[in-house]
Amino acid sequence: MSMSVDTLETVRAATGDGYKYGFVTDIEADEAPPGLNEDTVRFISAKKGEPAWLLEWRIKAFRRWETMTAPNWSKLAIAPIDYQGSTYYSAPKQGPKSLDEVDPELLKTYEKLGIPLGERAALAGIAVDAVFDSVSVATTFKDTLADMGIIFCSFGEAVREHPDLIKKYLGSVVPPGDNFFSALNSAVFSDGSFAYIPPGVRCPMELSTYFRINAAKSGQFERTLLIADKGAYVSYLEGCTAPQRDEHQLHAAVVELIALEDAEIKYSTVQNWYPGDAEGRGGIYNFVTKRGACRGDRAKIAWTQVETGSAITWKYPSCLLEGDNSVGEFYSVAITNNRQQADTGTKMIHLGRNTRSTVVSKGISAGRGQNTYRGLVKVMPKADGARNYTQCDSLLIGKSCGAHTVPYIDVRTPTARVEHEATTSKISEDQLLYCQQRGLTQEEAVSLIVNGFCKDVLKELPMEFAVEAQKLLAVSLEGSVG
Amino acid sequence: MTAILEIDNLHARLVGGREIVKGVSLVVNPGEVHAIMGPNGAGKSTLSSVLVGKPGYEVTQGSVTYMGRDLLALAADERARAGVFLAFQYPVEIPGVNNMYFLRAALNAVRRGRGEPELDAAQCLKAVKAKLKLLDIGDDLLKRSVNVGFSGGEKKRNEIFQMAMLEPNLAILDETDSGLDIDALRAVSNGVNQLRDPNRAIVMITHYQRLLDYIEPDFVHVLSEGRIVASGDKTMAAELEQSGYAAFGKAA
Repeated sequence: MSMSVDTLETVRAATGDGYKYGFVTDIEADEAPPGLNEDTVRFISAKKGEPAWLLEWRIKAFRRWETMTAPNWSKLAIAPIDYQGSTYYSAPKQGPKSLDEVDPELLKTYEKLGIPLGERAALAGIAVDAVFDSVSVATTFKDTLADMGIIFCSFGEAVREHPDLIKKYLGSVVPPGDNFFSALNSAVFSDGSFAYIPPGVRCPMELSTYFRINAAKSGQFERTLLIADKGAYVSYLEGCTAPQRDEHQLHAAVVELIALEDAEIKYSTVQNWYPGDAEGRGGIYNFVTKRGACRGDRAKIAWTQVETGSAITWKYPSCLLEGDNSVGEFYSVAITNNRQQADTGTKMIHLGRNTRSTVVSKGISAGRGQNTYRGLVKVMPKADGARNYTQCDSLLIGKSCGAHTVPYIDVRTPTARVEHEATTSKISEDQLLYCQQRGLTQEEAVSLIVNGFCKDVLKELPMEFAVEAQKLLAVSLEGSVG
Repeated sequence: MTAILEIDNLHARLVGGREIVKGVSLVVNPGEVHAIMGPNGAGKSTLSSVLVGKPGYEVTQGSVTYMGRDLLALAADERARAGVFLAFQYPVEIPGVNNMYFLRAALNAVRRGRGEPELDAAQCLKAVKAKLKLLDIGDDLLKRSVNVGFSGGEKKRNEIFQMAMLEPNLAILDETDSGLDIDALRAVSNGVNQLRDPNRAIVMITHYQRLLDYIEPDFVHVLSEGRIVASGDKTMAAELEQSGYAAFGKAA
């Protein structure tokens, strides 16, 4: 109930404020020379002190990438990306070992962002593995988690400390050659997060990583790997804000989730990359590959995402339902305003018997935004009794935006049951008048109606994230009516 | 005594359309209940739309003064925060928005307008409970989404409940009796009667006389072809019931 006030206050506070998180931290970066070739890959690997097997893995991915071309099947209008003009590695020079050693500039940045670190994290009950540019800066709560056998650390650290887990699972859900951007990421990924929950352990807190793109021209290539062993449970939160920029920045992350028998992974994202100005200049390209595998029977993976940022979003968090009776869920809110473009959805691949999947997608288009839901439901021959329910709702605000729904359904077993529902609606003048007649301003009214529209998705988010998401919805749609 | 509402020679139409309200004048003082009656097409809904500032209408002549202010200069939400309330004929559904949540958002918006502090969830709940008791209605509606799946009676009851919470200076009831069975009509009327107040003015817009059996107006006006053609006390409503609107239309 306290959210309404927050939402309304945010709308007021944000009026005329532009992109709230548009500031740049002045930290000397240690950059790779611009350009992409095998030497770049070697530079990154050497910089990170990686073992030979990982360098080899990167080189193989790079050679694969060289043979590939960027996908062009989506509805997105993408300006050509100059891969040779980009920088593929940048990191703060000193490697701090504790919060005391963290650059005060950086801490101030976190403060501006309201990121709970240290004491603030303890109060909020969140463990934060904060990624700043490419190198993880601080990891909190590690000890508490370590006592339970939970590993939560930067990807680089996991490579050093837990090479067996990395070797076993890296690329096992998203192979390097899966697509153009996953190959690119596999070749040049900088850092990211790693978590392993041992058998039967229920992770007692929401694991959280905040991403932030900072150094100019540094495309950021995160790598996230989460493993929930048999009967384990983990809820993982990922949130992003980025400082204002005047040129496009490529963000091509790869996230792999593995849930073994009876394990459950809940992965929640609030994405607020800089979307560009009203004409779409300077926004982030967010080309992400996210996929989870339910490797054991009765495993469950749930993706929840609130996508409000980026100039272009290209993202399909998916589930491979391999184990019998395994469950995949996808809940999504995607907002496009001004010139933003989003092509997002999910892939639910039913391989095991009696596998179930649920897809709830809420697309909101305003300004000149283009919003596409693209989803695949595939039921393989052995997936007897598989079920899917998909609901896609689109909300249009204004006359110059677009909403598109592109469902692909491929069913290869007669015992499967697949349902697809889709609606498209507009915020009606009657709804606006009704709210205004009760004293709400037009922007408050839009925020209220949109939050209601997204409720089925927002209620899947952990509480603190839901508050942030509601604020984001309000800010993202600011000025979209009238 | 300052009038709450003063309509002076008001002419209005849909933007670009033909004139529908053609010179309405009306003074409503605090504590008074006025009924505006008329057949379909008389201009009743255009009048209420113009009073609350619904987009798509334009005033071509005349003025509306609300508690000494130029009402027409205010945006729809400003009018609401200044204490003008419309009980809608067709309350609109807002899926996914909890009715209680909506009520608190509205209440705090109006309180801000009055310069009063906002209420937190607990304070709001307390206020709601007091009003529920006053109006003798259950709290079942508060848990549902705004007007979603409400019966006709529930929607109208919800409107009156909002009115009770927002405590407007001027309440306009637009065809509040339409679509109600006799029990619902009685419940809603009882609510309105509880809300009669020496500082509040109520304008009821209705096609039928039966509402006036339950909410007795101080004045009755007959609206016909965009003009008020007759005004009187409540006995005129009964007269109207017998002779029909046609007789009054001709009298103009």
